[in-house]
Amino acid sequence: MAGITIQTVTKRFGSVTALAGVSLDVQPGEFVALVGPSGCGKTTLMRIVAGIERADSGRIGIAGRDVTDLRAADRDVAMVFQSYALYPHLTVAQNIAVPLLMRRLSAAQRLPLIGAVWPGSRAARRAIRQDAAQAAAALGLGTMLDRRPAQLSGGQRQRVALARAIVRSPKAFLMDEPLSNLDAALRVQTRREIVEIHRRVGAATLYVTHDQTEALTMADRVAVMLGGEILQVDSPDRIYADPQDLRVATFIGSPRINTLPVEARADGAVTFDGEPLGLGTPAQGALTLALRPEDLRPDPAGPLQAVAEHVEFLGESLLLHGRVGRGETPVTLRLLRGSLVPQAAFRLAFAPERALLFDPEGRRAPLRQAAHADV
Amino acid sequence: MSDAAAAATLRPRSRAGRQGEGLAGLLLTLPASLSYIVLLLAPTLAAVLLAFTDYELGAPSIRWIGLENFAELAEDRGFQVSLRNTLVYVGIVAPASIAGALALALLIESLTRGRALFRAVFFLPVVSLPVAMATAWQYLLHPTIGPVNALLRDIGIAGPAWLTSSDTVLLSLAFIGIWEAIGFNLVLFLAGLTAIPRELHHAAEVDGVKSAWERFRLVTWPLLGPTTLFVVTITMIRSVRTFDSVAVLTQGGPNRASEVLLYTMYTEGFTFFRLGYSAAITLVFLVIVLALMLLQTRVLDRRVHYG
Repeated sequence: MAGITIQTVTKRFGSVTALAGVSLDVQPGEFVALVGPSGCGKTTLMRIVAGIERADSGRIGIAGRDVTDLRAADRDVAMVFQSYALYPHLTVAQNIAVPLLMRRLSAAQRLPLIGAVWPGSRAARRAIRQDAAQAAAALGLGTMLDRRPAQLSGGQRQRVALARAIVRSPKAFLMDEPLSNLDAALRVQTRREIVEIHRRVGAATLYVTHDQTEALTMADRVAVMLGGEILQVDSPDRIYADPQDLRVATFIGSPRINTLPVEARADGAVTFDGEPLGLGTPAQGALTLALRPEDLRPDPAGPLQAVAEHVEFLGESLLLHGRVGRGETPVTLRLLRGSLVPQAAFRLAFAPERALLFDPEGRRAPLRQAAHADV
Repeated sequence: MSDAAAAATLRPRSRAGRQGEGLAGLLLTLPASLSYIVLLLAPTLAAVLLAFTDYELGAPSIRWIGLENFAELAEDRGFQVSLRNTLVYVGIVAPASIAGALALALLIESLTRGRALFRAVFFLPVVSLPVAMATAWQYLLHPTIGPVNALLRDIGIAGPAWLTSSDTVLLSLAFIGIWEAIGFNLVLFLAGLTAIPRELHHAAEVDGVKSAWERFRLVTWPLLGPTTLFVVTITMIRSVRTFDSVAVLTQGGPNRASEVLLYTMYTEGFTFFRLGYSAAITLVFLVIVLALMLLQTRVLDRRVHYG
């Protein structure tokens, strides 16, 4: 039984296809990050899971229940919005209490004036106040219960939004870029806090972000979404080290992965500028070889001829930008601080076990190292 | 950065330079200040002063009579009727046109198409000429040839003489007032509604809000607060100073049943030329309007802005 089930969901806006048959499962207690560039459809997918938007086709399940035809209020999901969406006229305590008021009180008990004296209302309201105060305290908002959102800092508002989401122990937890309105220092801190909250609440969590660092550092699994499709769902290290699609390989990782146009000879040897690279493949014809910047190193015995162009100092490491081969393909190397930096032309080697090969459609092609050693 | 740069260029400036800048500033505000003084402040002050005199247009002399005008006002049955009529008129027009406009705005906002059409339809009375519209109303509400009474006759009801019976005249005028004000208020409410972030409605939905009423209570009404306050103030002030429909349709009649504050002021000042007395009525009008504005800024403003 999955926490969140998304089955072949499609959505079109006019002639634009926002989602082209997306499927994704989030297990109970799992944290899945949905990452992709802006406009890839990730927020649309999240809104469809929340019930704010309707899918054209496909099914949505929450905690084993098909909720496709239910409205947001009946789905038992909690959501943290990018803008936090706090009620500006309510205090922190009242904001956090809203989901409880709506679920625990009857319509009559919620009426103005009459509701306060309706049977059972006082006890229920007292319990709600306590639960809201508890959720606030858990997020360090204990002293701010009577403030209004306008009197809070961005980070505090974000906590109120989180408290409002966790206060009713939802089955599924949705977060739409919750960190994008915070400054960089606060973002790193809140990142860890959100992971801790998730561990404590234990609900299936779907976390939408365009920031791959957030996705890789926080999630149990990362779903990479591009152009309305989920290309790969995997653990962060496999998404980074073992991308199944060239688009995933180029989207994840900063600086961008190096891509070299290579050719597979009839005997299976992979060649660049006609020179064999010590790699073999059963695939044929024009292929793309992808190499992470940290998997490249200057080496007089290396198979590639490169020219250094300029150096970027990053602190713990530095980036060497240059060109490789006759086609002057741009290439970036990540070198450790203190390494010898080549000044002009140099030979380049790569870690063959980490090399990635992709066919013209961008799919991974099998790679054998040194099987067809350069003859 | 740019602030620092600005400060750096300001610091070495001489005292004379600063004075010159002050003078330039004064000169630049001169047109606005002058027109404010000449067109607003001076006439108001003149009216206030006139209210304490017995000045009549064309009279050879003018005499300071202190509070005599106000004493006369307190005794004047005509003025009392006029004041009461005005309050009744405002008491009907303001709540009805505000509540009606809000209801219409919510309905139009919920439409998926045709919003612009309905907005234009309801806004038409605001841009149409009041005097021309009054003539149309005169025809519509005519006791014998008017379509309203013809319709009532068809279903077996003898319609009243809407504008010529003292029982119905104020109601009829109030209805026309509502018709005129509702489109204006509607447009203000629609603007207020579009300013409410959509994410708040979505958040309410995810939080478990199911009925439209709950959504209205939790999100729409509180966030519409500043708009509502503005609409309430402007509607009350506009209906306190209603004049043209009365002047064109009833001239305050029959038997003063539709006489309102501004119309009384007009007849005293421009029919009987008692400018001093008319100014006293103006002062009463001014006090009412100022009181309404004070109510807005001092009391309600704090409760609708959540900053």
